[in-house]
Amino acid sequence: MPKERRGIEVSLAVAEAVGQADCDVIAAYPITPQTHIVEHLAEMVADGHLDAEFVPVESEHSAMSVCCGAAAVGARTFTSTSSQGLALMAEIFFIASAMRLPVVMALANRSLSAPLSIWNDHTDTMMVRDGGWIHVFVENGQEAYDHVFWAFRVAEDPAVRLPVAINIDGFILTHMIEPIEFEDDELIKRYIPEYKLENALHPEKPVSMGCFGMPEIYTETQMAREKALVGSYVTCLKAWEEWAALTGRRYHPVETYRAEDAEYCIVTMGSLGETAMVAVDELREQGEKVGAIKIRLWRPFPFEDLYRAAEGKAALIVLDRAISFGGPGGPVALEVRSAMYRRPQAPAVVNYVAGLASRDVRVEDFKAIILGGKAKAAAGDTAGFTLYGVRE
Amino acid sequence: MEEIRWQDLEIGATVSDPGSSREYKTGSWRSLRPVVDKEQCIRCGVCWLFCPDAAIERSVEGHFQADLEYCKGCGICARECPVGCISMEIEEG
Ligand code: SF4
Ligand code: SF4
Repeated sequence: MPKERRGIEVSLAVAEAVGQADCDVIAAYPITPQTHIVEHLAEMVADGHLDAEFVPVESEHSAMSVCCGAAAVGARTFTSTSSQGLALMAEIFFIASAMRLPVVMALANRSLSAPLSIWNDHTDTMMVRDGGWIHVFVENGQEAYDHVFWAFRVAEDPAVRLPVAINIDGFILTHMIEPIEFEDDELIKRYIPEYKLENALHPEKPVSMGCFGMPEIYTETQMAREKALVGSYVTCLKAWEEWAALTGRRYHPVETYRAEDAEYCIVTMGSLGETAMVAVDELREQGEKVGAIKIRLWRPFPFEDLYRAAEGKAALIVLDRAISFGGPGGPVALEVRSAMYRRPQAPAVVNYVAGLASRDVRVEDFKAIILGGKAKAAAGDTAGFTLYGVRE
Repeated sequence: MEEIRWQDLEIGATVSDPGSSREYKTGSWRSLRPVVDKEQCIRCGVCWLFCPDAAIERSVEGHFQADLEYCKGCGICARECPVGCISMEIEEG
């Protein structure tokens, strides 16, 4: 029987997925462009379609605090935010991962103020890059829907127990209407069985969470945190494999497009990967040996997968959608460079920053970036970064 | 404390053993220690009341004394003592 394929706004599909995942607690404060996700969830709860506690908090700081409390008692927990909201929740964001609470968040990526911008780029998520969460980037509506289940599956795995952020480009993705293949509830139940938290807060077996840690113990707690995040990679893979077995839709930590025999590759994260592929096709027609590499799993960083994808390339042209001010460039390029450093026959890494606050990056722009990057690499001009399209 | 390895920690550094904070000695950063002149002490308990750490205990003779495993050396007890019989002395070593 063919599966149901529905045209639906991606935000609503994400909310529907949270409902299908039988989430217990949702705490959120509305912020553009995340709003439609939580509005729809509030509606589902109010209409009795979803048996969950919807906590309409007074700020994002409280949203994440409620999520931590809920996750600590063993409730399946979801939140969603963007930009300034994420900044306000940052304090608790770090606590969620340190306390190993499997909160799932849909992060509708949006630029940070000032100037006030409600549009999309990756400056918000880069702010919490080092927050100890698992970070995944999705490229289209189907991926956004699928990754809600994947996120719960990974977050709640007893071997992982870490919060997961699903990075969804704000507006560009959240507000699109796309055809999405919905899975039935039975399949979802099999994929994410009922959540049982070991050592949950319970009056019958008191435990203390978030305790005080002297210098003598803090280092060990951080090592445990690092090992947990790095170790979650195996579960991330397993969860993708299981999803592929159930649905036929397969995902990888690093994905490539016409990259096998490419001499240079554009590297992207998130929804711009689709435009990059079109640019790759057009450049191929012109005889350029070019491909695309898309980083889907941002944390834990998929070093080995990236090495495999980059093997034999003359240059990687990394497109960042955030700037690490006063530093060597965009955060993605910085990490790709660092990963490639001292690799045998490492490709040159050229860094462009583009698409800030939803400034269009069209196929033409990608072509200019790829060809510009190729020229830069050939000239050995690989330091720093280029802010593409800035008026001077 | 020093012997605990990262592998020994519970997930999220959760403490599953109630009351274990008693074994968690937190007085090591003290640079001054409160010393009570027992002759002058009127056993009023003001120091006990004000200690922000609850580090002060009552001895069998009714005197009040800081438990140095937990006392942080903040000096609040010395400041609040109505007869001024607590002096803050430099910790050696
Ligand atoms: S010095 Fe401070 S911590 Fe120590 S006993 Fe006095 S009030 Fe308590
Ligand atoms: S406040 Fe001073 S007088 Fe009162 S019990 Fe403490 S040390 Fe003794």
